[in-house]
Amino acid sequence: MLMFLGRRIIATIPVLLVVALIVFMMTRFAPGDPATAIVGDDASAANLHRVRSNLGLNDSLPIQFGRWGWQLLQGSLGESFFLKKQVSELIGQRIEPTLALTCLTLIMTIMIAVPLGIIAAWRHGGWLDRMLMGFSALGFSVPAFVIGYMLIWLFALRWQLFPVQGYSRISDGLGPWLSHLVLPATTLSIIYVALIARVTRAAVAEAMTEDYIRTARAKGISETRVLVRHALANAAIPIVTVIGIGVALLIGGVVVTESVFAIPGLGSLTVDAVLSRDFPLIQGITLFFSVVYVVVNLLVDISYLVLDPRIRY
Amino acid sequence: MSVRHVLTAFLAGALIVGTARPSLAQETKVLRVVPQSDLKILDPIWTTAFVTRNHGYAIYDTLFGVDAEGKVRPQMVDEYSSSTDHMKWSFTLREGLYFHDGKPVTSADVIQSLKRWGERDSLGQRLFAAMENIQAKTDATFEITLKQPFGLVLEALSKPASVPPFIMPRSVAETPSDQQISSYIGSGPFIFKTDEYRPGERVVYVKNPKYLPRREPASGTAGGKAVKVDRMEWVILTDAQTQTNAITNGEVDLIEWVPADQYTALKSNPKIDFANLVPKGSFALHLNHIVPPFDNPKVAQAALMAVNQEALMRAQMVHKELYNTNASIYPTGSTYNSDKTSFFTGKPQIEKAKELLKEAGYRNEPVVLLYPANFAVLNKFTPVMGALLKQVGFNVDMQSMDWPTLVSRRAMKNLPTQGGWNAFITGWNLPDNINPLFYAPITGNGEKGWFGWATDEQLENLKAKFLVADTQEERQALADSIQQRVYDAGILAPLGEYKQITAIRKDVVGGIVTSPVGVFWGITKN
Amino acid sequence: MADEISLSPDIAVEQLAPSRRRSLFRRVIANWSVSLGGGVLCMLVLTTMIAPWLGTIDPTAIDPSSGNLLPGTRGDFNNLSGEVISNHWFLMGTDSLGRDIWSRALYGARVSITVGIAVALLALVLGMFVGLTAGYFRRIDSVAMRLMDGVMAIPGILFAVSLVALFGGTLVTVIVAIAVPEIPRVARLVRSVVLSIREEPYVEAAIALDTPTWKILLRHILPNAIAPLIIQGTYVCASAILVEAILSFLGVGLPAEMATWGNIMAEGRSQFNQYPHNVLFPGVFLALTVLSVNVMGDGLRDTLDPKFNKRGN
Repeated sequence: MLMFLGRRIIATIPVLLVVALIVFMMTRFAPGDPATAIVGDDASAANLHRVRSNLGLNDSLPIQFGRWGWQLLQGSLGESFFLKKQVSELIGQRIEPTLALTCLTLIMTIMIAVPLGIIAAWRHGGWLDRMLMGFSALGFSVPAFVIGYMLIWLFALRWQLFPVQGYSRISDGLGPWLSHLVLPATTLSIIYVALIARVTRAAVAEAMTEDYIRTARAKGISETRVLVRHALANAAIPIVTVIGIGVALLIGGVVVTESVFAIPGLGSLTVDAVLSRDFPLIQGITLFFSVVYVVVNLLVDISYLVLDPRIRY
Repeated sequence: MSVRHVLTAFLAGALIVGTARPSLAQETKVLRVVPQSDLKILDPIWTTAFVTRNHGYAIYDTLFGVDAEGKVRPQMVDEYSSSTDHMKWSFTLREGLYFHDGKPVTSADVIQSLKRWGERDSLGQRLFAAMENIQAKTDATFEITLKQPFGLVLEALSKPASVPPFIMPRSVAETPSDQQISSYIGSGPFIFKTDEYRPGERVVYVKNPKYLPRREPASGTAGGKAVKVDRMEWVILTDAQTQTNAITNGEVDLIEWVPADQYTALKSNPKIDFANLVPKGSFALHLNHIVPPFDNPKVAQAALMAVNQEALMRAQMVHKELYNTNASIYPTGSTYNSDKTSFFTGKPQIEKAKELLKEAGYRNEPVVLLYPANFAVLNKFTPVMGALLKQVGFNVDMQSMDWPTLVSRRAMKNLPTQGGWNAFITGWNLPDNINPLFYAPITGNGEKGWFGWATDEQLENLKAKFLVADTQEERQALADSIQQRVYDAGILAPLGEYKQITAIRKDVVGGIVTSPVGVFWGITKN
Repeated sequence: MADEISLSPDIAVEQLAPSRRRSLFRRVIANWSVSLGGGVLCMLVLTTMIAPWLGTIDPTAIDPSSGNLLPGTRGDFNNLSGEVISNHWFLMGTDSLGRDIWSRALYGARVSITVGIAVALLALVLGMFVGLTAGYFRRIDSVAMRLMDGVMAIPGILFAVSLVALFGGTLVTVIVAIAVPEIPRVARLVRSVVLSIREEPYVEAAIALDTPTWKILLRHILPNAIAPLIIQGTYVCASAILVEAILSFLGVGLPAEMATWGNIMAEGRSQFNQYPHNVLFPGVFLALTVLSVNVMGDGLRDTLDPKFNKRGN
């Protein structure tokens, strides 16, 4: 087991290397000189040269990459051009809202999508199944910000059930924290539910056609137990896989949702960084999210061990 | 399964943390303000951005202030006098002035702060050029000796127009003026909480308990700066709709600058009142004269001819009661406002402009127009201006960015294709263009001047003459000549005047001090 | 389909007799998802092509005096010199600068559909190239797949947003920025097809007969990948249209004067409470288009390749 773990972790290294390379090349090959952005008003040639050597921009590309990589390995993601703070510090400041939002979304999604998918598969071809497929297609097609604005209009402005925007830290009370997160989490989860419900339905429907289901039913096991203990358990792997892959979707959705609901998390930090062409910040956040994605999928792989006792690594 | 256990633990933990710590919010009076834009630059001498200037007035103090009638009044200064020929000035600081770190404010701090200001600010540059020296006599007194007459000494030391001469600790003011300061200790009525500053999210100030306000009532930037709340938080909300929703729900108390498209919604909102934080302001189109095509004054004139003030103001301010057109560079109703505006009328002269372009030999060079796409109080001008310029025949390249980025980008002197710019639009407050020497952007001293860096000796001469003019008639005539010269050299084009709407929660917020800039002392909260 | 192919290497595709091909086509059309989705899409394309004759005006024309008109208003449209150009029925109202939403939405369809198709084609072509070479040449495989994993690890929206921020918001940049994150999935798809076909006896026979590699790839392997590619292409197209709208909404999409659905919604978001028509009308167009593409994709998948779901999707 440890061997498997070790091997899987080592397998992520080339992926992370590629990510680092892509992120580095993106910013280095972009037009525009970061030095002039920093120096600003007094852009004399001497000043520019000074800033460029400080940033190491005068060295060859491989050396720059090596230096950046070394910096990364030491845990430093660089310093933001405009905010003059360490990228890691900025990420640390803004991670709480994003973490809260994604966790709540994840919980909501799984609690809604999995049962929905099971029921749809169970009543395969029935009206619920068709409705679910229709709804999930819709969930994929309407952009998150439109859903967000509609929810705000109905639940926050018209019926005044939830605050319109913003984020309340947990330390300021659990109630406000939750009420600020309900609408954004719902917005995000609609897309995620569409995806997960679909896959759950397909996987469970497929599992239901297997022989062991027939056997279980013949043995007189209750339908619920058949569904959960047998069908779902065997469908678990594709479902969990899609949850892992869907994290990328989630991260993208977070950027939009935080913009609509004015939540000061990593998503809005990204938008700010992009609008101000703050290269180190863009680099750092992209890297951070990619690492999160890789780690999540690693966890998904490990969970296979738990979910499928047949799998031996 | 195991995932479920982890989630349960997380929820349990959150519950415990959530209920264990009591909220601090009920014990202190917090004023939540939505500032006009995000505060990214914290050095009010280095930048002319208004949001930074407001930040400056919160945490720093000034030697003199300007009251609601426009008169100069002493602030940090207790007594002052000048020789009969106005060539020697003497100032004494009042007692009880301390910086936020406890150190007393001394002449050395004042002199160093003024020197740094004098390197960046155009009026400051003139003052120091006319100065023989500036010396500290004691810790509390200092003297300014002039070698040339300078008619605006007190006006310069009190000017609320960017950039005001804020007084900083000497060590901080020793930062070279082409770099930004990194320490934010002042002697003003608010203290900046560096540890709670979250760029893009919020800026936090607390009341300075050791600040000794003057005894006169607050008026403009003069008088007693008594802070009536314990804490002021600037909540950064860039989306106008979000701002409106937030103030309606009581999540913020004051919106500094409400964009016109929220005006009707807020007007009919029973929970919201409008307040007069600042008087009327104006907008202007600024051109870059050190790169093509506007380095050719004829081409610049053609751009000015494209301006359609009514269409531009209508697009941005929407409601007739919130704006008016004005072809003069000085505010309507002010001393120097006149109709001697050369060819400029504020109405579009498309055919003439087309001819002028041809005559000037415009070769379709791109005109990079900076577009603060999500800055609701300015973003409607740019598409309209872009369309107008296109009608005249310019090759317009509108580039979107956020406001703080625009402020950084307009400082670039390179070619537009390499990170520079050709034109942008910004707003000004009443005191900024009340006389030609206060109006920062009308400079003709090339790269030492304001963004746009026009070189026009005639303009500079006229301004120098204005500085030493004796009679009002002379000044009036010079102001007119300066105005005409601004248009002939194609420096800038005023777009019109506007009423800045500030929204406050009705019956909750009071005590607004009307001032040429946004000031937050005196504001009460129930 | 696989069992129809004979052992003769060079006429594998021709084996599919014309009558069979026709009935396949009929089967595809008969599927109600395809006809519904495809039908709506065709109508949209038709409408946007005849847009100039459908009561529209110049979608970029600004008239501040006609700002914020409600849907259904009739009024004069002026040009910027103050002259009246026409009396116009503002079917879907105007935005804050007086631009006609109906005109912008119709012309915006052109941009969105162009972006969608261009992104799909680009992603398909590049992904196909990578997948073919990776699947066929083992030496390229490991490197190519690590590269693809790396690209997949960066969340698509972040990647697109960063690329546009760094390289500017032109049509070409936006298309490339949206297409690049989609390439890995396409590549994986093609690769898995290649891997499964490569071991077939007729391919081995073809190799033994010294058939040039490109002929093998083109004649034997590619035809099997066409169906999954088309299906994946429709999903990529739908996703691309959505992502373009999101990019514009965040302020990092196509230039703001260009009439695209995302731009219309971005401009209108600040007045959503008072004038929701700015966001709702383009939102409906967007949702409808993406939905019909998705539905068509589902239908194509059901008819062309029922095993699609399992294959590297």
